Amino acid sequence: MLSNDNDILKAAEDWQKAGRGVALATVVETWGSAPRPTGSNLVINDEGAFLGSVSGGCVEGAVVTEALDVIASGKPKMLEFGVADETAWNVGLSCGGTIRVFVEKVGS
Amino acid sequence: MKTDLLTSLNAERSARRPVIVVTDVGNGEQRLVKADAIKADPLAADLDKHLRMNKSAMIEVDGKKLFLNVYAPTARLIVIGAVHISQALAPLAASLGYEVTVVDPRTAFASPERFPDVPVVAEWPDVALPPLGVDRYTAFVALTHDPKIDDPALLHALSRDCFYIGALGSRKTHGRRLDRLKEQGATDSSLARIHAPIGLAIGAVSPAEIAVSIMAEITARLRLPQEKAA
Repeated sequence: MLSNDNDILKAAEDWQKAGRGVALATVVETWGSAPRPTGSNLVINDEGAFLGSVSGGCVEGAVVTEALDVIASGKPKMLEFGVADETAWNVGLSCGGTIRVFVEKVGS
Repeated sequence: MKTDLLTSLNAERSARRPVIVVTDVGNGEQRLVKADAIKADPLAADLDKHLRMNKSAMIEVDGKKLFLNVYAPTARLIVIGAVHISQALAPLAASLGYEVTVVDPRTAFASPERFPDVPVVAEWPDVALPPLGVDRYTAFVALTHDPKIDDPALLHALSRDCFYIGALGSRKTHGRRLDRLKEQGATDSSLARIHAPIGLAIGAVSPAEIAVSIMAEITARLRLPQEKAA
């Protein structure tokens, strides 16, 4: 494994202690075929660096963009991705599933 | 997530203690529940079930949507005896997600050629086991048939909180083993923790089938509520 969940959450702690803005994204619900199970984490810092995954790489870009908003505002967000989503042609799950991702600021 | 919550979460995880983070996704409120606090928690039944199944999920309580993120340590399997059954057991357990370690002081058995994909410790149990940190999330099996190796290993396992202990051998062999372990100070109640004959009774004959029966019993012990897994 490139990075296990332990490394991911440790990175979140280290980034935050180093004074970076940090957000934590977590898969909280899945329907149908989903690439990563509920509980999977992605951490993002205010430079756009990230570790972990919430999908097989399909929606990470969009989650990182939203995470930067969350770091700025401090308010958590619930994101949903799936083939029925209007943005599906841009950032959807090719596997046909739907996932909900909760994004929160670390240190809020 | 508050900084102190994240710090405690990481501390518990690196100590291999299970924790659950409960998040109210409506307002972002969050709390961390440590394993020993589950029983007294208002959500005890849900927390216990999700921890046992190692499954993070959304639940609804009083109209609130709560996300339970379960952080359980990776289960380990310690195999005493680099024997034929272990050669089938180690890869099977690894495919089920266990971190496997094989211990056998007999270097002819404990060779990397026989166990290409798992760590093999060619030491006696008294040297090999203390650094392995046998804990609640460890399953422990003794498969050598040699009391000089199995007995001290089992005594070590009994002194720890591992969720499963199994020992290979017929009822008669196990009876003699219990007598020996009692002489060395083990109590009846602790000896009752040893599953022997090892494995679920599925009529296993070959080493691979015995490995399946062992992993089936370990899985039941890990996943079923305690009273059903006994």
